[in-house]
Amino acid sequence: MAEPRTDPSGFAKVIPLAADRRGPVPVPEPEEPAAPASELEKKIATGLAFLRRRLTGDYEVDDFGFDPDLTDHVLLPPLRPLYDKWFRVETRGLENVPDVGGALVVANHSGTIPVDAVMTALALLDHHPAHRHLRMLGADLVFRMPVVAPIARKSGSTLACNADAERLMREGELVGVWPEGFKGIGKPFSERYKLQRFGRGGFVSAALRTGVPIIPCSIVGAEEIYPMIGNAKTLARLLGLPYAPITPTFPLLGPLGAVPLPSKWIIEFGEPIETASLGAAAADDPMLVFNLTDEVRETIQSTLYTLLMQRRSVFF
Amino acid sequence: MSRVVLVTGVSRYLGTRLAATLAEDPTVSRVIGVDTVPPPPAAAKALGRTEFVRADIRNPLIAKVIAQASVDTVVHMNVIATPLGAGGRTAMKEINVIGTMQLLAACQKAPSMRKLVVKSTTAIYGSSPRDPALFTEDVEPRSLPKSGYAKDAVEVEGYVRGFGRRRPDVTLSLLRFTNFIGPSIETPLTRYFSLPVVPTVLGFDPRIQLCHEDDGIEVLRRATVEEHPGIFNVGGHGIVLLSQGVRRLGRPSFPVPSPLVNVVARAFRSAGLVDFSPEQMRYLEHGRVADVSRLHAELGWGPRPTAEAFDDFAATRAGSRLLTDEDAEALEQRALALVSRVLPRGLTPTGALRG
Repeated sequence: MAEPRTDPSGFAKVIPLAADRRGPVPVPEPEEPAAPASELEKKIATGLAFLRRRLTGDYEVDDFGFDPDLTDHVLLPPLRPLYDKWFRVETRGLENVPDVGGALVVANHSGTIPVDAVMTALALLDHHPAHRHLRMLGADLVFRMPVVAPIARKSGSTLACNADAERLMREGELVGVWPEGFKGIGKPFSERYKLQRFGRGGFVSAALRTGVPIIPCSIVGAEEIYPMIGNAKTLARLLGLPYAPITPTFPLLGPLGAVPLPSKWIIEFGEPIETASLGAAAADDPMLVFNLTDEVRETIQSTLYTLLMQRRSVFF
Repeated sequence: MSRVVLVTGVSRYLGTRLAATLAEDPTVSRVIGVDTVPPPPAAAKALGRTEFVRADIRNPLIAKVIAQASVDTVVHMNVIATPLGAGGRTAMKEINVIGTMQLLAACQKAPSMRKLVVKSTTAIYGSSPRDPALFTEDVEPRSLPKSGYAKDAVEVEGYVRGFGRRRPDVTLSLLRFTNFIGPSIETPLTRYFSLPVVPTVLGFDPRIQLCHEDDGIEVLRRATVEEHPGIFNVGGHGIVLLSQGVRRLGRPSFPVPSPLVNVVARAFRSAGLVDFSPEQMRYLEHGRVADVSRLHAELGWGPRPTAEAFDDFAATRAGSRLLTDEDAEALEQRALALVSRVLPRGLTPTGALRG
């Protein structure tokens, strides 16, 4: 049997026979059905592997509770149609976001529920050349609410405090912050695209201490998804929430009111503001921090006005 | 340099193990173990040349022991976490707080004292949604624990700091341990993870950080025989989510809505299953993770990562797994085989394109 294989003269005749003999012995079962693996089969296979990992707890979670396996396979996929088809998000200036290393994305906040944060994260993951995960900073309310809290942590969010922001940026993560907080996201529709106060400038001092660039990010379109025309203050107080939104469709149409209006979105990442040259000590200079905070705020506000001028209509 | 080491709480698991380890160290000339009850017979054998003194640290007698043996190193491990083990919450508080006061008073009077090692806990940081993701040793917790073990530990640390001010010549190592885990140790957490169905709080999935028992003993040993002054969080790097841990154990979990949590917890407590106090229920909601980099830098070594420590524990509980890794893999293979058999070749997307 060994002879014909080494015999060069019998090449054409012997090889197929030998291959037939050897082939089925070492790789029979797995090779045979897997050979014509189609796209669908591959998808099912990755899905099954994912399920097995989840069932046996065989996945990695970082110190903050970020679970990239779950985020990429379960949390984000259902949001992609919303991003592509519903809001038709257009991104600009992605080249301003560095491929590696820490950076702080500072954006305007609107839309009653933080859809804008999720869409920004999706923009950076899907459309940035380095496919970066955005680590979002959220209010403590987020981490107090059942169901919401673990999802927020697993999707990479953490509490908006200097300790967490600085730790993430030192580890070279891309951090996203919405310094207007509830004042921005819960403002009435009549005040759309008017930036609120930018917190106490904590995000600027965090960037200064870690020497990472600040990237102003302007989001147009999120204001119109749930136009908030009223606020049920008593109900909000009862539920311990900062506001209870009333929109033209909610609570009038019940659960249907939870469908966001299909506004056209533009997310623009502006020129990075470099902080490394100012030094970490600058974080203790309140005047400098205020000025830098104002600079970021003004940049975002003027970009918002420019984008609004360019927009043909709310929905197209 | 010969050392005379006094270990309090020697009759409990970690105390016995530390004393046994120190007894094997030739640089330690005497090991004196103190506790109110003698160690269990099995442990007594492991203790080797450890001398056991049956004394209550709440009693001034402890001062005599320290003076007579001219003890130079005291390892205080007698801050206990479970009221059931102590005979009720009142007795537990007595032992923890009054005991520490008496012990430190005796230490302060002893001219031979050179070093004090205190086993504390990261529970002093509390558990709340308003805290940073990782607690560093100097962080100011947003909500101080109001009850139980954690409150005792806060008070104990207060007395230890006071002692440090009055005896600046004594090397002080304050070790804040994360939850212990391992194949042999028994804590409320290991008992909790050994339940056939693990109750969790509905809508929460806390981050859990652990310290392997062997590594914890090694940290205590090194703090005792080497010089590591300061406050250190002790634990492994990284975390395990509660849900992830339960799945690694191959056990089902049972989410309890938070209004009912206290009722369920009381039922478990009175059934003697798991002794979880209210502040530990908050732990099951928000978890707690400490930054352990200071310890790892100081020792040039540190407890193994949380996930590894947990897997070591899970391996000893493997017998009761509902779903093993092999089962899961076999299931996956079977499902895959089924898929490739059921899918009609001609209808699969690539096949359709080719056809």
